[in-house]
Amino acid sequence: MCRLFAITSQKPLSPMVALKALDVMREGHDCSGVGIFLRDLAGPFEEIKDAPILSGIFSDKGLKRLDTFMMDIGFMTKYKISVKLPKVPPPGVPKRDVYLIRAYEYPEEWEDLGQTELYEQLLKIRLQLRAMGEEKKDMIVFSFWPDVIMIKEIGDPMLVAEHLNLDRKELFARVIMAQGRQNTNYAITLYACHPFFIQGYATMTNGENTAFVPIRSFLESRGFDGYTGYQSDSEVFTHILHYAVSKLGLGLETYKHIITPLQDGDLLDHPNSHFLKNLKQTCRPLIIDGPNCVIGCLPDHSVFMVQDRKKLRPGVVGGKPGVYAFSSELCGLDAAIPNRDKSKDFQPMHLDTAFVGPGRQEVTLWNQKDPLPLPH
Amino acid sequence: MEPERPIAPSTLSVKDLPWQILWDLDKCTLCGKCTAVCPVNAIELGVFRKRILEPPTDITQETVTDFRSYFGIRQKTDPAYRCVGCAMCTMVCPNDAIVPCRTDESDKLKFHVDQGGQPRRRGGRRNVAGGVLDRLKFIRISMLTDPALDAGRHEFELRTLLGRVLPPEENLKFLSANGWIPPVREIYPLIIGGMSFGALSPSMWEGLQMGVAYLNEEMGMPVRICTGEGGCPPRLLRSRFLKYVILQIASGYFGWDEIIHAIPEMKEDPCAIEIKYGQGAKPGDGGLLMWYKVNKLIAAIRGVPTGVSLPSPPTHQTKYSIEESVAKMIQSMYMAWGFRVPVYPKISGTSTALAVLNNLTRNPFAAGLAIDGEDGGTGAAYNVSMNHMGHPIASNIRDSYLTLVEVGMQNQLPLLAGGGIGKNGNLAANAAALIMLGASGVQIGKYVMQAAAGCLGSESDRCNICNIGLCPKGITSQDPRLYRRLDAEQVAQRLVDLYLSFDTELKKIVAPLGRSTSLPIGMSDALGIDDPNVAERLKIKYVV
Repeated sequence: MCRLFAITSQKPLSPMVALKALDVMREGHDCSGVGIFLRDLAGPFEEIKDAPILSGIFSDKGLKRLDTFMMDIGFMTKYKISVKLPKVPPPGVPKRDVYLIRAYEYPEEWEDLGQTELYEQLLKIRLQLRAMGEEKKDMIVFSFWPDVIMIKEIGDPMLVAEHLNLDRKELFARVIMAQGRQNTNYAITLYACHPFFIQGYATMTNGENTAFVPIRSFLESRGFDGYTGYQSDSEVFTHILHYAVSKLGLGLETYKHIITPLQDGDLLDHPNSHFLKNLKQTCRPLIIDGPNCVIGCLPDHSVFMVQDRKKLRPGVVGGKPGVYAFSSELCGLDAAIPNRDKSKDFQPMHLDTAFVGPGRQEVTLWNQKDPLPLPH
Repeated sequence: MEPERPIAPSTLSVKDLPWQILWDLDKCTLCGKCTAVCPVNAIELGVFRKRILEPPTDITQETVTDFRSYFGIRQKTDPAYRCVGCAMCTMVCPNDAIVPCRTDESDKLKFHVDQGGQPRRRGGRRNVAGGVLDRLKFIRISMLTDPALDAGRHEFELRTLLGRVLPPEENLKFLSANGWIPPVREIYPLIIGGMSFGALSPSMWEGLQMGVAYLNEEMGMPVRICTGEGGCPPRLLRSRFLKYVILQIASGYFGWDEIIHAIPEMKEDPCAIEIKYGQGAKPGDGGLLMWYKVNKLIAAIRGVPTGVSLPSPPTHQTKYSIEESVAKMIQSMYMAWGFRVPVYPKISGTSTALAVLNNLTRNPFAAGLAIDGEDGGTGAAYNVSMNHMGHPIASNIRDSYLTLVEVGMQNQLPLLAGGGIGKNGNLAANAAALIMLGASGVQIGKYVMQAAAGCLGSESDRCNICNIGLCPKGITSQDPRLYRRLDAEQVAQRLVDLYLSFDTELKKIVAPLGRSTSLPIGMSDALGIDDPNVAERLKIKYVV
């Protein structure tokens, strides 16, 4: 079973904060793997916020192929983190050649591209690299995006962290998401490891999404190249979020209305019932069937948690102005932010979306029965 | 030796018939109820002469031969009066003295039933038992993280949509611009398919309508019923219950004069309009109401003279192609109700279903597609059409769903599956399997007749005389002496029983799969079968 932890803090933090929180929740997961998502980066990456960062795992041969590929397009390395690996990995962790975190300078020809086109191109390159890697089994690519780093590996999260020396200054970030489990509901592959990322949107999930196959069919048939992969039934949560916000232009407050719409009786009483009924019908294939707890992050650095209707997964949010965390279990929250006002901890229930904005000053709660905000 | 009767090519013995009447002299009270009830006069009072030999114990005396006669039941062997196996004789016999039995070999009647050059016509269904639907298993039991859902206590939302659902981008655009959004109905996924007023008796129709109204208004289940081609009683057209009714228009347009004239007086819009292009039981053949059943009431509703057979043409005569036909009919029907009522075509299962479907994807008004598979039933058709024409529903629905997925329209055009759902009594399992193959809902007819009214028909050619209006249960008869046997209130009650038990069974299927918040349309990962060829064809798992 997965355990999830996400923290958003004004003061940059080491990913170890999240990994330690995961470690205290280890009874709830099987220590079979770890996925880390870092955003709003500090340290050396702070100066190069716009530069796309490639995160992945490469063999020596794969790295050479990567270099040739990127140089052909015109990408120049701007900054990289060198991960020096001990010769022998800890038990349960595969031997790898290179964990790559590398920021690039855009090709000159790209200078005139608008943001939408730029983002499409970044996605395209990530998908191309992934396909190249899958063909020769020499690259695994997690993200290629400005101000975002992702690290995933099989094995006990703490051992992996030690092995990769994650407690380093270059990796400090203000938004950190971490998940402790590799063995997801489908085949064991690093592409099945949460968090998932697409064009600035990231989510990780605890639970099983039994409506996975129809949702996957719907996303795959949207005609958008990024809706692919799906080694895990949880990847669709990221893509639904991306679809809702980026493709449909809806706000985060509608995300829950899409994945777990109100039942008909409640829908009729809702002040926005006409809109919501249309949304429920038109997005019907995106209705999930959990139990699921989803923690996600938007391009504006907001972090949120939603439960599905069944509310059978644990999840809690708490903290203090400046730093808030979302955790599968209270003990994880205690480990990361011990000196908070615990009476303000909140466990989102089946109608709630809990959300901490980029200002990190408070937890905002949306109840699904509340009126929707006016269109922006 | 001379035969008992003259031997002609079509002279049959009781043994040659599909059903043989077993009658017990000792039990029979000679009350005559069986001969009176037999719908086809297959049995009559018989006077039998019997020789009695009484050999004496004393060898010096001669054997006495005596002749006696006794009364009993004689089965007719004339093909026109063959027993149909309905067993109403057994039903009425006070002493269980009589029962029809299926012959133990292939009957010879089938070679002689075409007397006068008229091939056999009948009601009922394809005389083939079994089918792939019963072999589909639900294999994806949620065992990973999910405490199993409790079918009895958990909340379930198992409704479906009927109507053209716009893609999200368009829906939101039209919503903000106050554009026209096609009407969509949220309905229960088990729909009572088209059985006309005329094919069904007044008490059956009334019972079904009462049951549907009860399910909607008392049980909160949005069940819908299709009229079939035969119009709709004027009072129903002008009642609030019309919203539970799908009006069907077919090539004979029977009853539509009455419907069109009632439009200004309608309190509610009908649920939808179904345009019938084909029927699974007799693909490529039009509707048929034989003259036996066209009495004054039926004639008035349909706008025809009494006592004439009413064959609908196989095609909609005013149109020359399916594209034109579908487009024009859909448009006309939308206009009739001010674009407030979904309109969708129903076709028979066919290998050309995808061509029709592709056409509908390009028609922004098409509100769905109903496909009726080869195991569908009918009130009257040629035997050859029923037994040999048509396409199984499973692969038709699967192909159609996957085609919609390919073009990204799986949520836009709901597919309704019909034909043989629950034919072996496994209604919920068959319906759930079709939904997971991609159907948005299923249509049933024969199952309703069997469960709600006690229809005796079966795949072994029992009864199946719906066409001649002699239904011994009064379900498909227009003769008051017969349809008075059926109590509409009891039909309504049985219909409610049927739906409530179906609902529980459907939950018992979806709950272990971890599904409760929406109908698992296209959840093909839940399905498996022990036949690799079927698995490959339907793109589901092969399990042994």
